Amino acid sequence: MQRFANPARFMKLSGMLLPPLAVAAALLLGAGLYLALFVSPPDYQQGEAVRIIYVHVPSAWMASLVYALVAAASVVGLVWRHPLAHIAAEQAAPLGAGFTFICLVSGSLWGEPMWGTWWVWDARLTSVLVLFFLYLGFIALVHAFDDRTRGSRAAAILAIVGVVNLPIIKFSVDWWNTLHQPASVFRLGGPTIAASMLWPLLIMAVGFMVFFAALLLLRMRTALMDAKLRALRFGAT
Amino acid sequence: MQTFLAMGGYARFVWPAYAVATIVMIAMLAQSLYTYRRARRQLAAQEHKPHPRRRRKP
Repeated sequence: MQRFANPARFMKLSGMLLPPLAVAAALLLGAGLYLALFVSPPDYQQGEAVRIIYVHVPSAWMASLVYALVAAASVVGLVWRHPLAHIAAEQAAPLGAGFTFICLVSGSLWGEPMWGTWWVWDARLTSVLVLFFLYLGFIALVHAFDDRTRGSRAAAILAIVGVVNLPIIKFSVDWWNTLHQPASVFRLGGPTIAASMLWPLLIMAVGFMVFFAALLLLRMRTALMDAKLRALRFGAT
Repeated sequence: MQTFLAMGGYARFVWPAYAVATIVMIAMLAQSLYTYRRARRQLAAQEHKPHPRRRRKP
């Protein structure tokens, strides 16, 4: 791990990784979109409305996954003072908030035709909304101090405390009565979703992940350049 | 084509869902690219400035 602590080495490595990641993201998202809209079948109960699943579920997975990454990077930043950790957490958070927003809006657009309501204050929907506010709080806290280091540390603590929300999101559909359906992919006994829908869904999900990875590397490069720029400016005056 | 766009009567739910996902993801990409290019430009400009008071060690 320490080998990647060197920002110069990170710049070199991320520069090599970015082009293939960008191409892979474009191919996966293109293929996923084609499969989702043209190849996958309509559902026998939900008809064509089921196609919302191909943006709703990948963005929901990303919402939790990115939060776990923000929290893990925050731990690394607080405990080992790894120079890239806080940068990774702070650059990942706005992307996570974006995915959570997609999840909430697409879920609402799916809820209206299927449940007859845009929104209910049940466990799954409320806990994901809390996740969205955790992201916003994290981003606000990073910028709330004149001293950047203090902002990074305060936000990192918030991110770590907020991890308690992740199992609540995951198990909310089992612990409480909710309109939201229980897990149909990551469950004991294997997926209960038909293969003709599972494959487009997985390709789309991997596309979302690679897209996120490419953007995160790009944003971390930007943050490192900004840091260097500040150092140069302060050094010059 | 008409039937495809109609989405079995669910067009007003399916298409906005895809539109929101597309718009948010393109916005994330555009903002990231914009700040990256701006940082690279500013850094290049800063590094080409001469540093009058800084001397190299012999």
